Amino acid sequence: MAVFIQTVVAGILMGGIYALVGIGMTLIMGVMKIINLAHGQLMMVAMYITYVLYEYLHLDPYVALLVTMPALFVLGSLLQRYLLNPLIKVESILPENQVLMTVGIGMVLTELARLIFHSDYKSVRPPYTSMSLYAGSIAFNLPMVIAFGIAVLLTIGLFIFLLKTDVGKSVRATAQNKEAALLLGVNAERITVFTYGLGAALVAAAGTLLLPIYYLFPDLGGAFTLKAFVITILGGLGSTVGAIVGGVVLGVSESLGATYISMALKDAVGMVIFLLVLIFLPGGLKRLTKI
Amino acid sequence: MKAPRWHIVVIVAAALAFPLIVRSDYYVHMFILALLWVVIGSSWNLLAGYTGQVSFGHAIFFGIGAYTAGLCATKLGISAWWGMLLGGPIASLIGLVIGWICFRLRGPYFALATIAVGEIFRLAAVVWRSLTGGMQGILLMQSFRSKLPYYYLALAIAFGCIYAIHRVMRSKWGYYFIAIREDQDAAESMGVNAFRYKSLSLVVSSFFTGLAGAFYMNYMAFIDPEVVFSLHHISIMAILVGIIGGVGTLWGPPLGAFIMVFLQETFRSSFFGLGPRWVSELHVLVFGLLVIFVILYMANGIVGDWDKIRRLGSSKAGAASASAGKGS
Repeated sequence: MAVFIQTVVAGILMGGIYALVGIGMTLIMGVMKIINLAHGQLMMVAMYITYVLYEYLHLDPYVALLVTMPALFVLGSLLQRYLLNPLIKVESILPENQVLMTVGIGMVLTELARLIFHSDYKSVRPPYTSMSLYAGSIAFNLPMVIAFGIAVLLTIGLFIFLLKTDVGKSVRATAQNKEAALLLGVNAERITVFTYGLGAALVAAAGTLLLPIYYLFPDLGGAFTLKAFVITILGGLGSTVGAIVGGVVLGVSESLGATYISMALKDAVGMVIFLLVLIFLPGGLKRLTKI
Repeated sequence: MKAPRWHIVVIVAAALAFPLIVRSDYYVHMFILALLWVVIGSSWNLLAGYTGQVSFGHAIFFGIGAYTAGLCATKLGISAWWGMLLGGPIASLIGLVIGWICFRLRGPYFALATIAVGEIFRLAAVVWRSLTGGMQGILLMQSFRSKLPYYYLALAIAFGCIYAIHRVMRSKWGYYFIAIREDQDAAESMGVNAFRYKSLSLVVSSFFTGLAGAFYMNYMAFIDPEVVFSLHHISIMAILVGIIGGVGTLWGPPLGAFIMVFLQETFRSSFFGLGPRWVSELHVLVFGLLVIFVILYMANGIVGDWDKIRRLGSSKAGAASASAGKGS
């Protein structure tokens, strides 16, 4: 029983970070109606920035958040402004052109990272990474708890932003109905640029929080892109609440899969859930809760 | 762009004579790889470019073909060449099952589902050690020391694949495929059974990809799950090959395949040993940049936007635009 609880706890803590990854993706998907297949690669970029700051400036990863989030916001905005938005006007046979562009972007980001940092594994290990908090016999890994806490704070902040501010309301309006938002005076193009930046900043936070408990290599992005869309489909496209639930569900099921089935099949668990949801519950958890 | 008949004769003649004139194993090897990608890219294009079902999972069929051939040798004790007979049909069969699951989804959902299925196949091949050998992969002996038999076989498969797609697209099926791509609901209301024709497109597409996989096993004599079921190196490459050449055109993916293989090899070998060493690290990066450039400025690929490119090149702007037509 203790093993089970421990597994679930680890899964939930991981789920908090996954939720950040998923929220970024779902925001982009909601507003632009595209799957951002460069999402994990953006996270990888943020992780390398964190690594450089820690390695050369000895900046704590949690302080590095203040650098990586704005940096990725700018990077994301530029990508949307100069690479993705121009495609809206282009006539092409396949409507998925923007998605394919994100594939190209992801590839270039990965290869740039490989060029600069080479393929070997890197990690950031501040002294507190191996510390744990105990509640009875259940251990809570300290960096995971901190990461979970910051993830929750960021999510709450995002919700306040989306619900209370004008820009946040414009983002939601564009996601609901782009034409109507345009008619009401929302600059939809600027909102897409802003949203992609925001999505990138959120996934950057996830990456920076993850680095003390994870390792880093250029191809890491692809794996997290896969996780990001599993979470998004699970929660329902464009649903932020869904992404949080989806993130936690993925975290817990991966953790359970790793403990009870096999470490190697951990990633397959996510994929199987993903297929089942696609087939039996298209629309994801959003369909059940209507949020 | 519709290639006139004499163009094709020239291409076939040049392809047949090539290894007899260029007696270099290195270049023949490059051409064999390029021909393999011609097959993968063209088959992807049949499903995605013509039928509008953008698959991110063509590595499944490539891997199935390759493992069919490999398992013929390791488990059944017969020659891996039997895989050339079995690989295609088995890949098609698996394609049917995958289609049955995934074709109920549309557009981006379909694309995502194929990624998921592809990853499941890759992980299964890694974990199911008693059957596939897991990460150790399958190692065989090559049947021929010379590259010539492989070259002509790859050439035959490539031309067979292109010709088959050409015939399919000129038959009734082809019109149904394009109708489904343009508007599935409209096609269905006109009495086209979208599910059936999408499945047929997938069957043909997976057949040739499986055949390519079986050939790969025989030629390279080594496979492992990370190579043949790779999302990034097979499934996504198949897409990029199609995008660069031009989706929904017969000659686009073959052109894209040659560009991809030779661009990457030029950089990987540091301009064939002439450039500085660090250039070799750029090979995937350069291809990625090319993909971004093509999507941005030539949305229909090099072949699809050929008229646009020619117009830029010649001063007689506008003259060619009248004859601009999509696809062949």
